[in-house]
Amino acid sequence: MTLLRARGLSLRFKAIRALDDVAVDLWPGEVLAIVGESGSGKTTLLNVLSGRMAPDAGTVWYTDPEGQEHDVHAMPAPALRTLHRSDWGFVHQDPRQNLRMNVSAGGNVGERLMARGARNYGDIRAEAIDWLTQVEIDANRVDDLPRTFSGGMLQRLQIARTLVTHPRLVFMDEPTGGLDVSVQARLLDLIRTLVARLGIAAVLVTHDIAVARLLAHRIAVMQRGRVVETGLTDQVLDDPQHAYTQLLVSSVLQA
Amino acid sequence: MLRTEGLAKTFTLHLRGGMQLPVLSGIDLAVSTGECVVLSGPSGAGKSTLMRSLYGNYRAEAGHIWIRHHGEMIDIAAAEPRIVLAVRRETLGYVSQFLRVVPRVSTLDIVADELITRGVAQDEARDRAGALLLRLNIPRRLHSIPPATFSGGEQQRVNLARGFIAAHPILLLDEPTASLDADNRAVVIAMVNEAKARGTAIVAICHDAEVRDAIADRLFPLSPTQEAA
Repeated sequence: MTLLRARGLSLRFKAIRALDDVAVDLWPGEVLAIVGESGSGKTTLLNVLSGRMAPDAGTVWYTDPEGQEHDVHAMPAPALRTLHRSDWGFVHQDPRQNLRMNVSAGGNVGERLMARGARNYGDIRAEAIDWLTQVEIDANRVDDLPRTFSGGMLQRLQIARTLVTHPRLVFMDEPTGGLDVSVQARLLDLIRTLVARLGIAAVLVTHDIAVARLLAHRIAVMQRGRVVETGLTDQVLDDPQHAYTQLLVSSVLQA
Repeated sequence: MLRTEGLAKTFTLHLRGGMQLPVLSGIDLAVSTGECVVLSGPSGAGKSTLMRSLYGNYRAEAGHIWIRHHGEMIDIAAAEPRIVLAVRRETLGYVSQFLRVVPRVSTLDIVADELITRGVAQDEARDRAGALLLRLNIPRRLHSIPPATFSGGEQQRVNLARGFIAAHPILLLDEPTASLDADNRAVVIAMVNEAKARGTAIVAICHDAEVRDAIADRLFPLSPTQEAA
């Protein structure tokens, strides 16, 4: 059974078709990359799939752990918020959108656990430290405020905060955007390892084809609000069928 | 184990005004358990294209690619992505010519990961990976280093270790010995023959006549397709 399923998603911003009859299937444990240039509708699709933005038409269904399907956009707001705090996670391009900058690093991680009902301070702190270590942040930084962290560290802290509750599904919007190449490589390896180890499903928006190749099982290529091609990551990138995908793949600089 | 029926592949180059490049047509290839079939033919005959199509890396345009996966025949040319991924994980291995390097991951882990993702315990996976790398003459001091800085021959041997360690029932080998010296070629020949003895079905591309004679049960000739107008 699919974890997330969308059919007929359409959304207009005045004259612009941001989404035009988009369908998506995501299976448990699968990483789907949405690629395409700026303005192709990738981030809008991510926001609609995660229930953060309502479509003009179409439906998104999420299958809960009991096998029950829920229409994401018909859910009451509190239920959707609970979903975002428990089964789901969202990794923003700018970690400051997700982190609380006036709360310590450990607090940022522990807060997600408390929202899920954890109450024992010692346990929460121990788990927060464990997660900081997993994302390669030194345990002695646990009481430091995020504003003393570098961009790469902030992104890793956001990932710890997101994954600490073991979500089944994570939405990622350009998680390596705006980072130095060396920091990117480290972060990508970290995401790749954690997602595989925890068996998390993910929808990843990126304009960077190399990121998609490294992390995703499957790719959907978007152009002007439509998914023009979808398939196995290596098949779409090595044998692109659609004219736009061929252009996208052939435009990448070889390092 | 593996059988194609009427397999065809034409590349359409949209950026060249929709130019059509026919590479394969009407390919009927069958490989049995324990058999090694070597694709032969001049450069441009479509050997690599056929190999990549068998792996599902290229999308077949017509025909079927039947793979025996847990006793059931699956058509790679028509299967859903997650089925293709399951077939690759459990049945169909591929050793490409070049190692695609994952930044920061050590040589040992690159090889051991192949076992860990198949449920082998971490310690055992690392032990077996280390042993196979040593057999391919990658000294232990290199195991902890990512292979990005290795020589072409070393990278190819890391790639071979990664491809052979999971003992897939079907293996695709694209020029497995292209940049290896005589000693290492002999190791690879021995590994291929051991795999065949275990019942592995193998499709290989191999320009080196000595290696080809040592591993091939049969050649499968390919010739360049006529250019379409």
